[in-house]
Amino acid sequence: MAASDAPNGDVLIRNAFGSVLAFLILLLIGVLAFSIRLFSVIKYESVIHEFDPYFNYRVTQFLTKNGIYDFWNWFDDRTWYPLGRVIGGTVYPGLTLTAGTLYWFLHSLNIPLSVETVCVFTAPIFSAFASWATYLLTKEIKGVGAGLTAAALLAMVPSYISRSVAGSYDNEAVAIFALIFTFYLYIKTLNTGSLFYATLNSLSYFYMVCSWGGYTFIINLIPMHVLLCIVTGRYSSRLYIAYAPLVILGTLLAALVPVVGFNAVMTSEHFASFLVFIIIHVVALVYYIKGILSPKMFKVALALVVSIGLAVCCAMVAVIIALVASSPTKGWSGRSLSLLDPTYASKYIPIIASVSEHQPPTWPSYFMDINVLAFLIPAGIIACFSPLSDASLFAVLYIVLSVYFSGVMVRLMLVLAPAACILSGIALSQAFDVFTRSIKFQLPSLSDHSHIDARDASSENVVLDDTIKTDKNEDTPKERMTKRSKKKEKEPVEKPPTKFQIKKRLSVLPFEASIIAVILLVLLVAFYVVHCVWAAAEAYSAPSIVLTSHSNDGLHVFDDFREAYAWLSHNTDVDDKVASWWDYGYQTTAMANRTVIVDNNTWNNTHIATVGTAMSSPEKAAWEIFHSLDVKYVLVVFGGLVGYPSDDINKFLWMVRIGGGVFPHIKEPDYLRDGQYRIDSMATPTMLNCLMYKLSYYRFVETDGKAFDRVRRTEIGKKYFKLTHFEEVFTTHHWMVRIYKLKPPKNRIRGKNKKSKSKTSSTTTSKRKGTRRNPF
Amino acid sequence: MLRFALTLLLFTLAFGVLSSSPVFSDLILAKVDRRIDLTSQIVRITTSLKVENAGSNPISEILLSFPENQAKHLAYLTATLNEGKGKGKASSGAGLPTEVVIPKDVPDSLTFYSVSLHKGLGKGESLLLDVLAVFTHALEPFPEKISQADIQLLLFQDTAHFLSPYKVMVQSVAVKLPEARVESYTKLEGTKLSGSELKYSPFHNIPPFSYLPIIIHFENNQPFAVAEELVREIEISHWGNVQVTEHYNLFHGGAKNKGEFSRLDYQARPYVRGASAFRRLVARLPPRAHSVYYRDEIGNISTSSLWGDSKKTELEIEPRYPLFGGWRTAFTIGYGLPLRDFLFESDGKRFLNFSFGSPINELVIDTLIVKVVLPEGSKDISASVPFPVKQWQETKFSHLDLVGRPVVVLEKNNVVPEHNEHFQVYYKFNSLSMLREPLMLIFGFFFLFVACIVYMHADLSISKSSASYLAKVQWEEVQATVQQIHNIISHCLTAHDKLEASLRDLSRTGDVQACKATRKSVDSLLKGVSKDLKPLVTFLQSSPQAAHILPKVEELIAKERDLQERLMAKHTTVVDCYEKKLGGREIENRIASNQQKITSLRQEVDDLMEFIDEI
Repeated sequence: MAASDAPNGDVLIRNAFGSVLAFLILLLIGVLAFSIRLFSVIKYESVIHEFDPYFNYRVTQFLTKNGIYDFWNWFDDRTWYPLGRVIGGTVYPGLTLTAGTLYWFLHSLNIPLSVETVCVFTAPIFSAFASWATYLLTKEIKGVGAGLTAAALLAMVPSYISRSVAGSYDNEAVAIFALIFTFYLYIKTLNTGSLFYATLNSLSYFYMVCSWGGYTFIINLIPMHVLLCIVTGRYSSRLYIAYAPLVILGTLLAALVPVVGFNAVMTSEHFASFLVFIIIHVVALVYYIKGILSPKMFKVALALVVSIGLAVCCAMVAVIIALVASSPTKGWSGRSLSLLDPTYASKYIPIIASVSEHQPPTWPSYFMDINVLAFLIPAGIIACFSPLSDASLFAVLYIVLSVYFSGVMVRLMLVLAPAACILSGIALSQAFDVFTRSIKFQLPSLSDHSHIDARDASSENVVLDDTIKTDKNEDTPKERMTKRSKKKEKEPVEKPPTKFQIKKRLSVLPFEASIIAVILLVLLVAFYVVHCVWAAAEAYSAPSIVLTSHSNDGLHVFDDFREAYAWLSHNTDVDDKVASWWDYGYQTTAMANRTVIVDNNTWNNTHIATVGTAMSSPEKAAWEIFHSLDVKYVLVVFGGLVGYPSDDINKFLWMVRIGGGVFPHIKEPDYLRDGQYRIDSMATPTMLNCLMYKLSYYRFVETDGKAFDRVRRTEIGKKYFKLTHFEEVFTTHHWMVRIYKLKPPKNRIRGKNKKSKSKTSSTTTSKRKGTRRNPF
Repeated sequence: MLRFALTLLLFTLAFGVLSSSPVFSDLILAKVDRRIDLTSQIVRITTSLKVENAGSNPISEILLSFPENQAKHLAYLTATLNEGKGKGKASSGAGLPTEVVIPKDVPDSLTFYSVSLHKGLGKGESLLLDVLAVFTHALEPFPEKISQADIQLLLFQDTAHFLSPYKVMVQSVAVKLPEARVESYTKLEGTKLSGSELKYSPFHNIPPFSYLPIIIHFENNQPFAVAEELVREIEISHWGNVQVTEHYNLFHGGAKNKGEFSRLDYQARPYVRGASAFRRLVARLPPRAHSVYYRDEIGNISTSSLWGDSKKTELEIEPRYPLFGGWRTAFTIGYGLPLRDFLFESDGKRFLNFSFGSPINELVIDTLIVKVVLPEGSKDISASVPFPVKQWQETKFSHLDLVGRPVVVLEKNNVVPEHNEHFQVYYKFNSLSMLREPLMLIFGFFFLFVACIVYMHADLSISKSSASYLAKVQWEEVQATVQQIHNIISHCLTAHDKLEASLRDLSRTGDVQACKATRKSVDSLLKGVSKDLKPLVTFLQSSPQAAHILPKVEELIAKERDLQERLMAKHTTVVDCYEKKLGGREIENRIASNQQKITSLRQEVDDLMEFIDEI
C-alpha cells in the first residue's frame, strides 16, 4: 500500500500550504481592516472623535491614573451638577478596561504611548480582531473559503467603519468583535459539543456584557436559535452543551458587571433565555426518557407529562406575566421597547427620539452602509439552506433578526453588518466555487495536464490511469459520444475530481456563462471595495470636532470647538459650572475639564428638561434657573455665520419638547408659527425672546448688517437687542461656539425686587416644582 | 499702595545714605550713561561706567547695587570691559564674572553684585565698564484691569540718579519708549521728551546711595508673553536625531482683561479693539529642523506656519485664541534636528552643544526646566552651563528601556532671551549599546516563534490518564483509521476505473486476453484490499468513539463490495459476449440492468466517501 501513502502526503502538503496561505490572507485582512480605518488620522489627526468617545477617553484617563479600584468607586462630581454621577456603576467598563489593559501592557514594555494614542487606535485594532472572528464564525458555518471572503468583506464594511475609524473610541468598537466572537464560540460548541468551548463562550459573553448594552441581542438570539433547533427536530446533546452553560455561567458573570447587576435576572430582555432554558431541559428529559422506554410506554408517558407540564407552564407564565405587568414599563427599558414598537420612543420619550441615530434608517442608508452586500444576502440565505445545518440555521436567523432591528434604529445597522458580511461571504464563496469549477471542468486539456505533471512522481498507477483517460478523452470525444451513453462520457471527466474531492454532482454551467459570471462577480466586489474606501476616506473619517471645507483658496479648517474648550479650560476657574445642551456635556468635561449640568448620558430627564426650559425661557427666568444651578457660564453652538447645520438653533425644538415634557409652562406651539419652526420676522415672540435665540444671535446683525443666517437661509427676526443678565465672554473665530457669563445678581433694592418677583412669579414657581424633585 | 511702597523705599534709602561708610569711596564713577529700553515687556538697562580709582590701593572688584524692588526682577546681568574708545561699540567680548555679595555696613534693601576685574585697577587708573541688566516683570500695568478696547498703560519706576556706593561725577539717563504716547512722567529739571525718547539732563556730583525716584506712565501694546513654566526636553538618539519637545504654559502678563470679549469688535477692528492682545508668536528654530509639530493636550492646533532656509527655520504659531491680558494657554511644540549639528566628540567624550533658552522671540520664562535625555548606557555625565542653574539627574524609561535613560535636568528661574547661550552636556557612550534594542526585539520575536513551534509540537496535556485526554487520543486514532479506510476505498475505486477502462480498450481493440489479464490483476488487488480493511474495521468496532461513524463506514464497505461484485459480473459478461462475438446492442442489453445499479452504487459510494472525508 505504498501508493496510498503518497497521495496522503500530497494532501498533507496541500493542506499545510493551504493553511499557510489562509494564514497569510487573514494577516492581510487584519492589516486591511486596521489601515482602512486610518484615513481619519492621515486626513485629520490622531484625535478622539465626536461625543461619547470623549467620555470614554476621560474614563480611561481616570483608570490609567488611579487604578481599577478607584475606577469602580469613581463618583464623578464634574457632571450632572449638583447630582453627580457614579461612573463605576453606570458605565459599561469593557472598552475602558480593554484600552487600560493595552496601556498597561505597553507601559510594562516601556513603550510610552499616551492614553490618547491607545484610545485612538483601539477601534482599528479590534476591527482586525473582529474580521478574524468573522473568519472563524463563517468557517464553522460554511468552510474556509466562505470564512476568508466574509472576513475580507467585514474588514471594510462601511457600516462598521463608521463606528470604528481611528479615534472613534466607542463601545461598539470592541463590542462587535465580542459579538462575533461569542457567536463563533457558540457555533463552535454546537459543532463540537465541547464543554471547553462552552466555558469560553460564557467568558466571551461576559466580555460582551462588559462592553455594550447590545449584549441583549445575543441573549435573545441564541435562545431563539435553540428554540428553532428544537422545533425543527435538531435537538442534540451538543445543543444542550452549547446553551445550558451559557445561560447559567453567562447570567452569573453578567450579574457581576455593576451596570447590569440584577438586571440580568430581573428585566424582560433576559426572560427569553430562561424560558428556553426550561424548555431545553424538558426536551432533554423527553429525549432521555424516549431512550430508556419502549415506544409504547413512551407514548403513555408523553401524554402524562404533557398534561402536567402544560399545567405547570401555564402557572409559570401567569406568574411571569403578573411580575412583568406589575412593573411600570412592563419590565422593558425604553430603548428596548422602541425596538419592538418603533413608534414607542417618539410617542413617549423625546430624549430617545431626539438622537439622530435612534431614528429608523432610510433606504439609501442601507446602500451606503452595506452596499452590494444587500443584494448578496438573499443568495447567502439560499446557500445556507443547501444543506441546512445547525450553524447555517443560526446564520439565517441572525440575518433575519438583525434586518428587523436595523430597520428600527440606524444605530443597529452595526449589528446587521456582520450578518450581512457572513451571508454575502457564503454567497460569494459558493458562487465562485460553482463558476470556477465549471471553468475548470471545461478546460480539461489545461487542468488535466497540469495535474498529471504535478503528480507524475507521486503515484504511478494514478498517472497511468489519468493518461489513459485523458488520452481517450482527447482522442475520441465525439466518437464515444455517439457510441456510448452519456454517462460513460461523463465518468472519465469526473475522475480527476474524485481524487481532489471536488463535488461532481453539481451541475456544470456553460463555459462562457461561467467566465462572464466570474467577471461580473469580480466587478461587483471591486465596486464594493471602491465604495468602502470612499466611505472610509470621505464619509466616515471626519472627527466632527474639527470641520474642514474646501474653497477656492484651499482647505479651510474650522477648529472652533476646541478653541472654545481650550479657552474654558485655561481661562475660567476650575470649579466653574458650564451649562450647555447635553450634546456638548462629554466634550466639555473631557476637553475643558469643567463641571457641566447635563451630558450625553441623559440618565436624568428632569435635569435635562431644566436646562431645556432655561434655554427656552426669556432671559430673566433663564438667569434664575441657571443661577439656582450655580451656573457661571452658558455655552451655545451657533452655525449661522459659517453655515454649520447641527447647531443649537436647529436642535432647539427638542429642548422645547423635552423641557415641556417636565415643565408644562413651556409649550411647543408657542415656538411655532402655524406649525412651522422659523426664526425670521414671522417667528413668534416667545421664540424671539427665548434665551437660546438671544445667545445665538447676540450682535449677529453687526457682522453683515442684515443678519442673514446661512443655515436657515433667512434673515433673523429680531436683530437689535441687548442682554441684561448675561455678558459675552468668548466667541470663537467662526462664531461656532459662543460662551456667555451670568452677570452677578444686582444689589437688592426693595421696590425693584418686589416688582420683578411679581413679574416672574409664574416661572419661578414652575422652576421650584422642578427643582424640588432634585435633591438640591 | 504704590505710593506707599515708594515712600517707604525712600525712607530706607535716606537712612542708607546717612549711614554710608567710607569703604567704597575710593572709586569714583567719572561718567555714567544709562539707557533704559522699555520697548518690550523686558526692561533692559545698559549702563556704561567710567571708573576711576581715586584711592591708593589697587582695586580688583567693583560693586553694582540695585534697590530691592529691582533686584527681585533682575534676570540677567553682565559687565564687560570696554577698551575701545567708541561708545560701547567694541566690548571686550567675554563678560566679567559677577556675583552677589553682601558687604558690611550697607542698607539691607540694596542688593550688591560684585564685578571682579581681571587685573586690579591701580591708583589713578580708569576703565570703561558696560553693564547690561535685564529685568522681567518690572513694568506694572496701570490700570490693572482694562477692557477690550482700552490701550495698555504701564508704570515704570527707577531712580534718576545712578544708585551706587560710589560717588558719581556726571550721569545721564535716556529712556526709550515704544510709542510716543506717554501718559505722565516725573518731570525734573531739564527733562526732555522728544518723540519716543525721554531724556533726563545730566546730573553732577551725586553722592553715593542717592536715589531720585522717577515714574513713567506710558503706553505699550507689545505682546506680554510670559511662560509660567517651560519644560524643554532634548532627547538624543544616536541613530541620528535630536528630538526637542517644549511644553509651554503661557499667559499674557499685561493688564488683565475685564471679562467681556467680543469677537465682533476684535474681528472688525483688531488694532483698536484688542490692541493689547497678541495672537501669534514666532519661534526661530535651528536650521534643518524637521517633523515640527504644534499641539496641546486636546489635539493638533492648525494655525501655524513654517518656513526655513539654510540659516534658520521660522515657526509662526498662533494659540487657539488671541491672548488678552491675564488669559492663559498651554501648548507643546516639538521638532527633530540632525544629530551631527549638535553632538560633537572631544577626547573620548561626546558632548551636546545646545542653546539653553526658548526659541520664541521676546519671551519671559518664569521657570525653565531643561531636560537632556541621554541614550541608555551613557556614563560619566557632566553639564556645563554659562550661568548658575539648579542641576540634578533623573532616569527616564522610554522605548524598550531596561535600566532607563539618564536625564540631566537644569532648572533656572527668570529666563530672558539673553540666556539663549549654548550649554554643554558631556558623557561617555559606547556605540555598541545602540544595537541593544534591535537585538532585544529580534530575540524577543525569535523566542516567541520558538515557543510557538514548541507548543505546536509538544503534548501539553496535564494528565495523560484523564478521560478527555484519552478520548482525544482515541478520536485521533479513529480519524487516522477512517482516513486509511478512505484511502483504501479510493484505491478500490481506481481499480474499478481500471476495469472500466479495460472494457473500453476491449471495445476498441477486441483484445480479450489483455482484458482478462487486467481483470485478474484487479481481482487479486481487490482481494488484498479487503484483507487490509478487516483489521481497520475491527478496530473501529472496538472503539467507542467511532460509534457514530461506524454505520457509515460499514455501509460504505458493503456498498463498495457490492459495486465490486457487480462490476466484476459486468466485466465477465462483456468479455464473454466478446468471446461469443455478440453485437454491441446485445451486450448493452445484457449489462443494462447491472449498469444502472453500478451507476447508482457508485453515486452512493462517492457520497459516503465525501461524508467520511469530512470527518
